[in-house]
Amino acid sequence: MQLGEGGCRAGSAKITMEHDDTSKERLDSLARAKWAELGGSAEGLKPAERLRIPSQPMPSQPADVRCKNMSEVALGYTETMARLEAARCLQCPAQPCVSGCPVELPIRDFVKAIAQGDFGGAIGLIKEKSLLPSVCGRVCPQEVQCQSQCTVGKALKDVGKAVAIGRLERFVADLERSSGKVEVPAVAASTGKRVAIVGSGPASLTCASDVRRAGHDVTVFEAFHKFGGVMVYGIPEFRLPKAIVESEVDTLRRMGVKFRSNMLIGRSYTVHSLLETEGYSAVFLGTGAGLPHFMGIEGENLVGVFSANEYLTRASLMRAYERGRAATLIAEARRVAVLGGGNVAMDAARTALRLGAEEVYLVYRRTEAEMPARREEVEHAREEGVQFHLLRNAKRVLGNERGQVIGLECLKYELGEPDASGRRSPVPIQGSEYVLDVDAVIVAIGNGSNPLLQQTTPGLEFNKRGNIIADERGATSIPGVFAGGDIVLGAATVILAMGQGRRAAAAINEYLGNCEC
Amino acid sequence: MSAKEQVDYKILHHEALSENVFMLRVYAPEVCRFRRPGQFVLVSVDNDYGERIPLTIADADEKEGSITLIFQRVGLTTTLLSELAVGDSLASVLGPLGQPTKIEKLGKVVCVGGGIGVAPMRPIAKAFKEAGNEVICILGARNRDLIILEDKIRSFADQVIICTDDGSAGRKALVTEPLKELCEAEDKPNLVVAIGPTIMMKFCSEAVRPTGVPIIVSLNTIMVDGTGMCGGCRVNVGGQTKFVCVDGPEFDGLQVDWDGMMSRMKAYSGQERKMLENHQCNLEKAAAELEARK
Ligand SMILES: Cc1cc2nc3c(=O)[nH]c(=O)nc-3n(C[C@H](O)[C@H](O)[C@H](O)COP(=O)(O)OP(=O)(O)OC[C@H]3O[C@@H](n4cnc5c(N)ncnc54)[C@H](O)[C@@H]3O)c2cc1C
Ligand SMILES: Cc1cc2nc3c(=O)[nH]c(=O)nc-3n(C[C@H](O)[C@H](O)[C@H](O)COP(=O)(O)OP(=O)(O)OC[C@H]3O[C@@H](n4cnc5c(N)ncnc54)[C@H](O)[C@@H]3O)c2cc1C
Ligand code: SF4
Ligand code: FES
Repeated sequence: MQLGEGGCRAGSAKITMEHDDTSKERLDSLARAKWAELGGSAEGLKPAERLRIPSQPMPSQPADVRCKNMSEVALGYTETMARLEAARCLQCPAQPCVSGCPVELPIRDFVKAIAQGDFGGAIGLIKEKSLLPSVCGRVCPQEVQCQSQCTVGKALKDVGKAVAIGRLERFVADLERSSGKVEVPAVAASTGKRVAIVGSGPASLTCASDVRRAGHDVTVFEAFHKFGGVMVYGIPEFRLPKAIVESEVDTLRRMGVKFRSNMLIGRSYTVHSLLETEGYSAVFLGTGAGLPHFMGIEGENLVGVFSANEYLTRASLMRAYERGRAATLIAEARRVAVLGGGNVAMDAARTALRLGAEEVYLVYRRTEAEMPARREEVEHAREEGVQFHLLRNAKRVLGNERGQVIGLECLKYELGEPDASGRRSPVPIQGSEYVLDVDAVIVAIGNGSNPLLQQTTPGLEFNKRGNIIADERGATSIPGVFAGGDIVLGAATVILAMGQGRRAAAAINEYLGNCEC
Repeated sequence: MSAKEQVDYKILHHEALSENVFMLRVYAPEVCRFRRPGQFVLVSVDNDYGERIPLTIADADEKEGSITLIFQRVGLTTTLLSELAVGDSLASVLGPLGQPTKIEKLGKVVCVGGGIGVAPMRPIAKAFKEAGNEVICILGARNRDLIILEDKIRSFADQVIICTDDGSAGRKALVTEPLKELCEAEDKPNLVVAIGPTIMMKFCSEAVRPTGVPIIVSLNTIMVDGTGMCGGCRVNVGGQTKFVCVDGPEFDGLQVDWDGMMSRMKAYSGQERKMLENHQCNLEKAAAELEARK
């Protein structure tokens, strides 16, 4: 849908060129030409020839267009682009990419299948290891995982030129979904045992799927009215369309997983009551890292200061971007400062642009190299006109007599002497304060864990940071209670959450097999 | 969404208590089962475009599996709620939320309810009574028509003091007057609980501060998720940032930064007014259309 007149700055000459570069039609025709040159097949190419195939860029909406809408930025490969990109893979015997993947997807093999045009075979291989390929293909930080290990990237001395594993994963997953032929995994005969899954983020969904496959009766309890965790309330539509998450949840429904919305465990049923009086034999806790950190600076409770969670929940889950239609409102900010340098900060900054902010500043304490956000998100944010204030930190928020934000005082930093580890950490420059003229401040400096389970689950052990203590298989201090995802790891990633959900499911299935419950 | 995934939150009873105050009983068996005095729910009338607003659980009927909500029509969502009827359903009811009131036997407890605040105050007052306390209730409203639940309160309270701004019922006074007298008396109360408009809770707190009587208030900040995830409900209490939905809603009235809270509550007022006007405009258009079709 089209949003109101935004103030995004994209649209300069450079962007217009990029516009030409990234349209699907143009990129596809380039790929077709190259593919024809190769004779319509990648069989038998020599490594040197493979290295010469140009890496396939992601077709995307031009920056000046996309920053006025909420639709997905990246448009996905065409068949030819996918096969050509896959043809770049050298089929390394040692498969370094696989060891870079937290769930060890059979990358080399699925890439080979794609190169051969066997897309069904490729998605089959992926699904043996991953429940959410459409999601992971879009949001995994591939450049520090599989793609960082890729031989092609190393040979070309540029991670950005590694085989685009994530894009390929996304391509085959999307193809399967749009064909309407998503296979519903087989479910074993009913065991009559019941398992409660708390939360519905990637850790929970994965756990639910694997436990259900073993024939157990699975119920997911979610506090929100929609399922998917951060995938629906945090990551914006323009990066991860909600329809994808919905279709994944639907597949679980078709497997017979039961879903209960509006259920906050701890305030209604508790972990103990699920086990002791409600007839569940095991509980999985995948409640995420849902406690926004604030900076603790002056003026932080002024009107116009939001946690990124609040801003993004209003925008994504409650659809506040559909102004005039959604009852939930969102600040009509003209000049916005976003504090932080991770994915959450990028999402907030880019959402603010789409909601019509004229200037969006990203204030980050270190340099761009240290930003924990995915590379692609940083690049997209920059292209769309987000202004980076690096080596800067917020000092206090300034307000008017009505308690509304009118500015953000920042302090400049410089890189200090390298410490023992060789890392140069930022040190403040005394007296370098300056004021950014803004009417909203979005704090995206990380999330801690929600204290509710800790307060309501006696006997469950937590570490000092409020994360549940669990062993590598997800077992906690209470027998029958397992945990995984951000509630154990601290704010991490979708793929790690998924991996933990899967390992915990194996442990739960084993526990149910052995226990007298 | 299939019926099994969420309860069908059917409206079993819908009644106007005064021009702008409504009571509805809604089927929500699990909320009913687990709720305790002082807790609230987040309700929504539409899962795609609706907003989730906090309302206190004013009562519950375990046989029926229902909870009672009493609300004042102030903006879009409360207007939409007021337009529903028996047989309609709410899209979502999440709860119970918040920390329950700490009910103890203390001796004498004064419960102040201002306007719609009488509704959330009642279950708390009743619980204090049932715990063996002497309970005095002060009910305040602009005029006599706006006094709600008087009979229900009289059925258990040891003493009821009514105050109206215009003197049309009870004393012509603000609730702070009798409150002050009670707290300055020889046998002061052991606790004051005040629930109502923010400004009333602020002045109740100021009134009891010099007397040394502890005061608990129930804050009604703007909320989004009600689970502690967004921080939109935050207030400064005793110099620390607290989340009303998980740390509250009740706090020590002497520690709350009232001015900060009041400005935060106005955060969306301009936009809210527009949404409501749009809705009313649409209603009028729809009515005109119906008329034209006839
Ligand atoms: C804005 C944003 C952008 C991100 N971008 C990326 C990215 O690009 N790539 C990436 O890999 N990762 C990203 N992440 C991180 C990633 O989303 C998380 O690591 C991942 O979602 C964690 O999954 P989880 O299953 O542990 O829980 P979550 O996804 O956090 O879900 C937890 C769910 O549990 C529910 N819940 C909590 N408590 C209760 C309770 N007591 N009872 C019932 N339900 C409860 C919550 O409502 C929530 O729905 C991002 C995070 C955010 C916030
Ligand atoms: C824990 C808690 C319990 C509550 N219990 C009740 C209850 O039992 N009965 C009841 O009538 N109300 C209660 N409220 C207040 C109620 O949530 C608001 O009146 C409601 O959100 C207004 O929604 P709206 O869309 O109709 O109005 P909006 O269009 O959102 O707002 C209209 C007007 O109301 C003001 N307003 C907005 N939000 C609030 C708020 N949270 N509190 C007070 N004023 C607000 C706005 O500033 C504006 O002037 C409670 C609030 C909290 C936090
Ligand atoms: S490391 Fe790169 S080139 Fe080697 S198998 Fe993996 S994807 Fe292919
Ligand atoms: S309403 Fe979101 S944290 Fe309280």
